[in-house]
Amino acid sequence: MVIVGGGGHGLATAYYLAAHHGISDVAVLERGPIGLGNVGRNTTIVRSNYFHPDNIRFYDLSLRLWEGLERELNFNAMVSQRGTLNLFHTEAQRDLFTRRANLMRLLGADAQSLDREQVRRRVPLVDLDNGRYPVLGGFLQPRGGTVRHDAVAWGYARGASAAGVDIVEHCEVTGIACAGGRVTGVHTRHGLIGADVVCLAVAGHSSHLAAMAGLRLPIETHLLQAFVSEAVKPLIDVVLTYGAGHFYVSQSDKGGLVFGGGIDGYNNYGQRGTLPMAEEVAAAAVTLLPGLARLKVLRQWGGVMDMSMDGSPIISTTALAGLVLNGGWCYGGFKAIPAGGLTTAHLIAHGSPHPLAAHLSLTRFVTGRIVDERGIGPYPYAH
Amino acid sequence: MLRIPCPWCGPRDESEFRYRGDASVVRPAAQAATADFIDYVYQRDNPRGWHCEWWLHTGGCRQLLRVERHTLTDEIRTVTAARDLTP
Repeated sequence: MVIVGGGGHGLATAYYLAAHHGISDVAVLERGPIGLGNVGRNTTIVRSNYFHPDNIRFYDLSLRLWEGLERELNFNAMVSQRGTLNLFHTEAQRDLFTRRANLMRLLGADAQSLDREQVRRRVPLVDLDNGRYPVLGGFLQPRGGTVRHDAVAWGYARGASAAGVDIVEHCEVTGIACAGGRVTGVHTRHGLIGADVVCLAVAGHSSHLAAMAGLRLPIETHLLQAFVSEAVKPLIDVVLTYGAGHFYVSQSDKGGLVFGGGIDGYNNYGQRGTLPMAEEVAAAAVTLLPGLARLKVLRQWGGVMDMSMDGSPIISTTALAGLVLNGGWCYGGFKAIPAGGLTTAHLIAHGSPHPLAAHLSLTRFVTGRIVDERGIGPYPYAH
Repeated sequence: MLRIPCPWCGPRDESEFRYRGDASVVRPAAQAATADFIDYVYQRDNPRGWHCEWWLHTGGCRQLLRVERHTLTDEIRTVTAARDLTP
């Protein structure tokens, strides 16, 4: 079989197919070198503090896999459970976070509520008394944190390769071959590769590849930026998110602050990033943490995301027999890599969805059982 | 920063506008099949190329515009006021 895309989800799927299901007749095709797309350029946050029970279970599976990843792969992925702390600024937000925390604890995940004084002790830099958006408290998931993104790509790639998977770099897929209503292989720059099963794991480009098989998807492609500041001494020892704007920040072991915000907001394949969103992210940063005002941004990166119609990912068979889709990750794909790979491999190996990923099937858009985490509706640019 | 040539206000920064999504989808007739409504609500072409989209000039004339923009290069080819379009 063929997996298109040598990013986190493609490599993890290949690894679990070979290592857990004994299916090693797998080729991972990557347009460029592996690990240089979104998997190597994100803000490296892992957490399972979702709202929808099915999402909490799925992302907590991922968090448990992160906790055992280094042992599983014998590779140092620098898994750091430093905690993720979401701040709230209104009583309505506090109630919503409390509800989420209770639901998470009922489902076996971890969550705590912090008051203002506990937030102050944890992150002294936060402007708790901001005139417009004072901080009332926080919602902490102690098991959340960060993982070294490059090591994830390399760890899974090494594990998959050792288990017999072929990883083919610089091999762009140019077409999907089908006959009699099922997939028969992929056309590449180096010729046709026959396969009974083709799995697309090309987030950002899912629509474009599915169109090669004549399929339309409930996905739009949008642009997300990530930023890294110059390196400074230890300032923030937690993943911190702002509740009055879209902003999240952590500090890498090299000392740079790694931060980001929302998507740029309109369909885009440009992989550049625009200034209005960079300005908005910077404004949120200095509103929450005024001490950062004089810090310089060292580099910025724009990557393209599959924004799905309900804001949740897709792990599913498709209308074309043999074609499997792992996509629609919106801008939360990194944290889901272990669970995404494990459940996609399960779907391919057993022909039926993994119980913790059954809600991510494409059929939800037909049955109406959508998984709209934030209750936004079918507007990908608003998720 | 996109500069969108508004027919009323001239070229203006994207931050004056609010994006309102794919303008190529057309609501099916009331008696159309459920499958047609599913396509209308959820399925998108999502082209890597020219894309017709709605932009609302919230920070200007408040007119709804249909903009044809290239999703890879951000070049804008045409801008039409929604009220000048034939339904």
